[in-house]
Amino acid sequence: MTAPADGAAVRPSLTPAAPPPVAKGRSLWSDAWRRLTANRAAVVSAVYLVVMTFACLVGPLVTGHDYTTIYTDYVRVPPSLTPYPKQDQIAGALEDVVKRMRVDLVDWSEQDGRVSVTVRSARAVDPRVLRYLERSPSFIDPRIESTEPDGLSMTMSAAVARHYFLFGTDNTGRDLLTRTLIAGRVSLAIGLLAGLTAVLIGVTYGAASGFLGGRVDDVMMRFVDILYSLPFIFLVIMLVVFFGRNFVLMFIAVGAVQWLDMARIVRGQALSIRRQEYVQAATAMGVSPAGILWRHVVPNTLGPVAVYMTLLVPQVILLESFLSYLGLGVQEPLTSWGVLIAQGSKNIPSANWLLIFPSLFLTSTLFALNFLGDGLRDALDPKDR
Amino acid sequence: MEATLSSDHPFSDHPSSDNAPLLELNDLRVGFDTPDGEVQAVRGIRLALHARETLAVVGESGSGKSQTMMAAMGLLAKNGRASGSVRYRGREILGLKAAALNEVRGAKIGMIFQEPMTSLDPLYTIGNQIAEPLTRHLRLSGRAARQRAVELLTLVGIPDPARRLEAYPHELSGGQRQRVMIAMALAAEPDVLIADEPTTALDVTVQAQIIDLLRTLQQRFGMGIVFITHDLGLARHFADRVAVMRHGLVVEEGPASEVLTTPKAEYTRMLLAAEPTGTKAPPPADAPIVLEARRLNVTFRIGGGLLAGPPLVIHAVNNVSVTLREGQTIGIVGESGSGKSTLGRALIRLIEAQGDIRLFGEPANALDTQSLRALRRQVQIVFQDPFGSLSPRMTVGEIITEGLRVHAPHLDRRARERLAVQALEDVSLDPGLRNRYPHEFSGGQRQRIAIARAVILKPRVLVLDEPTSALDRSVQKDIVELLRRLQGEHGLSYLFISHDLSVVRALSDWIMVMRAGQVVEAGPTDEVFRAPAAAYTRELIAAAFGLSDTPVAPAAPDLPRGVALG
Repeated sequence: MTAPADGAAVRPSLTPAAPPPVAKGRSLWSDAWRRLTANRAAVVSAVYLVVMTFACLVGPLVTGHDYTTIYTDYVRVPPSLTPYPKQDQIAGALEDVVKRMRVDLVDWSEQDGRVSVTVRSARAVDPRVLRYLERSPSFIDPRIESTEPDGLSMTMSAAVARHYFLFGTDNTGRDLLTRTLIAGRVSLAIGLLAGLTAVLIGVTYGAASGFLGGRVDDVMMRFVDILYSLPFIFLVIMLVVFFGRNFVLMFIAVGAVQWLDMARIVRGQALSIRRQEYVQAATAMGVSPAGILWRHVVPNTLGPVAVYMTLLVPQVILLESFLSYLGLGVQEPLTSWGVLIAQGSKNIPSANWLLIFPSLFLTSTLFALNFLGDGLRDALDPKDR
Repeated sequence: MEATLSSDHPFSDHPSSDNAPLLELNDLRVGFDTPDGEVQAVRGIRLALHARETLAVVGESGSGKSQTMMAAMGLLAKNGRASGSVRYRGREILGLKAAALNEVRGAKIGMIFQEPMTSLDPLYTIGNQIAEPLTRHLRLSGRAARQRAVELLTLVGIPDPARRLEAYPHELSGGQRQRVMIAMALAAEPDVLIADEPTTALDVTVQAQIIDLLRTLQQRFGMGIVFITHDLGLARHFADRVAVMRHGLVVEEGPASEVLTTPKAEYTRMLLAAEPTGTKAPPPADAPIVLEARRLNVTFRIGGGLLAGPPLVIHAVNNVSVTLREGQTIGIVGESGSGKSTLGRALIRLIEAQGDIRLFGEPANALDTQSLRALRRQVQIVFQDPFGSLSPRMTVGEIITEGLRVHAPHLDRRARERLAVQALEDVSLDPGLRNRYPHEFSGGQRQRIAIARAVILKPRVLVLDEPTSALDRSVQKDIVELLRRLQGEHGLSYLFISHDLSVVRALSDWIMVMRAGQVVEAGPTDEVFRAPAAAYTRELIAAAFGLSDTPVAPAAPDLPRGVALG
């Protein structure tokens, strides 16, 4: 230090890793990234969110079920780590099939995952009855092993289909795991995209309004007030009437409403920031309003924005389920976490897993989002550690 | 707690003699748990305060002088820990539970804080706020408390006290608010008054009044006063004994007259010598005029609108004319609200003003945004608050080079870096620190950064809006010297706005005294200080130098050795 009288010179550095005087310039963003990656809770949360997103995107392809497939044999079966059908269910499933074949069951046995069935009938058994076995979700690869010379009895064999329903099935017999993951796609997409859109529009609009101030601010904020006064449902119905029901429409509707709060919050911040001396100093230096907005106003509003965004995402996800409930959002067979939870809550006494799994997914995701948001806010504040 | 009670008895047997101190600090240590480990703010100090005595605790910011008293009063921040002993009339009060402590705190020991605006709750009338401790500590009825509040306000010299009880804090001036704070501290008739920089936020003339008031009250009630201040002149003027603190230790203690005239400790001598000295010679008479303003007016409209009726119009600057020549420094002095800062900002067109402004001979009023922006390179400003004037989310390097992005967009990153390094060296800061954020620097360093940001553009005029007011004396001196050096090296012209007359005297060759938006007096610095023409100037000078001038370092303004410093 060449300034000895400044006392203790630099106070013991407040940044975590006491950076040595490096030659390369640092910026808020690179520093924020460094601080964020140093925050264990935020990193774990971010990894969790990435894993969740990946699972929702890829998961439905590897669960072995389509989210629309209905397993009539397995309506509302509880979650299990062992495959369906269970040992005691095979007999029932077989009896069902045989009944449809309109033949009598003589005998059946199971060995190495294959069942062999001997049936008999008053008339000759038509080999096409095999199709009934084929159609049953419990059996695959049916073969005719032997037919008695009189044609009145026949022995068939089929492999027992092994269906894993790790999360059980829903009221119509669809795999809940697949549906939860598919629902995650919708919820995450809405939550993140609509949330992000709301933040982008809200921050830009609010910061501009607050920073420009005066009459411009008045006009911009009155416009926000007008949008505020439109009832949300009315807005959605209008959009649906004009453009038909559409997945994209939901983004527009949610985004159009959610950015208003953000704009107000940011405007309040910007109003106080523009009175700060560093903004005046920038003006005195001849920095253009756009430059001040981007370099001074927006970065200094980011703390509350990060926090509000983490509150916004859950809000949007819940809003979507509300819309879907009214029949304005996603429609069956497509689903979302909010919809699944709504259905699950009706089945608490008989099939609580219908509620437990989707809510577990939703809450853990929101939890991670909150941690990440907190981490972001801390990371964006150089004064914080 | 046991020890406390037993230690109470032996002392209470003694009749309260003059030797028994009212307040006694023994080996007091204060530490703060921070994520970087424990920070020792106070490292074992001994102090004693007797009745009818004023003990001044002086030191620069960060010396631990405030934390000492906060610890004694049990007002430390949550991460603070205090050890040692604090005795009030022999009774140990350190570490008492809040309920037990409140018998002493507020009742026997009153406290006044620095910032009168934030120490009063804006939502309650001052009558409410004065009456609250009365009903709580003295168990007075509502009516009696009110009566007493009126007495107290009369005591501290607030006119028309009965009506003032209904006023809210924002309706009072800074000095009046500080009087109210004193009234509140006196409400329960304490033996000890702890005053933490009670006059720092006030104008000099008000400061003199408050000091007089405290002295009168002390004589009447025989209180012991602990007076925490960074202003040695004030300490000499007011205190019987002085304790000089540095880095959490008392480096020197003794009678005020001794410590502040024949200091033993090196540090005290340094503090005493920190008064800015020297003078500035005026520029040659034929130096070109860089900035000129004729009959400048700035008015603010407050409120008003479609439904609110006509706005309140405030004339912040009223018919002021300024002529600044190259190499000249004009000092603009005045108390808060005199319009000096507004004038400074209007002159460089940060605020719209009516009147004629010419920058380098060109009329600046008529400029469009584009050419005004180009002109800004030549006219820069340094603000008072080194904390508020640097964006907290930009590194120092980014802050300094921001102007280059505007005025020299052809420069690439590397060229900007090089200039930033140069500018930081210019203001005597280590260029290696340019990747840090402003909050990692001390106040003086931040002000250097702000100056670097201004000088990197190679301006010709620099408006300095109280650049030294938020800084410690010793740091102030460095900044003054830095400004002098930069002026010499770059041929800068300064508009130096300050309420601190000693700094203005050291830096400027021409002085303008402002009051209520008008120039009361203007002239060469020596003349104005030697023979002030206006009564207001005389009052200002008397208040400033009557209290804070230092006879030790005879700061005769026309002493030639000061020039050598510059």
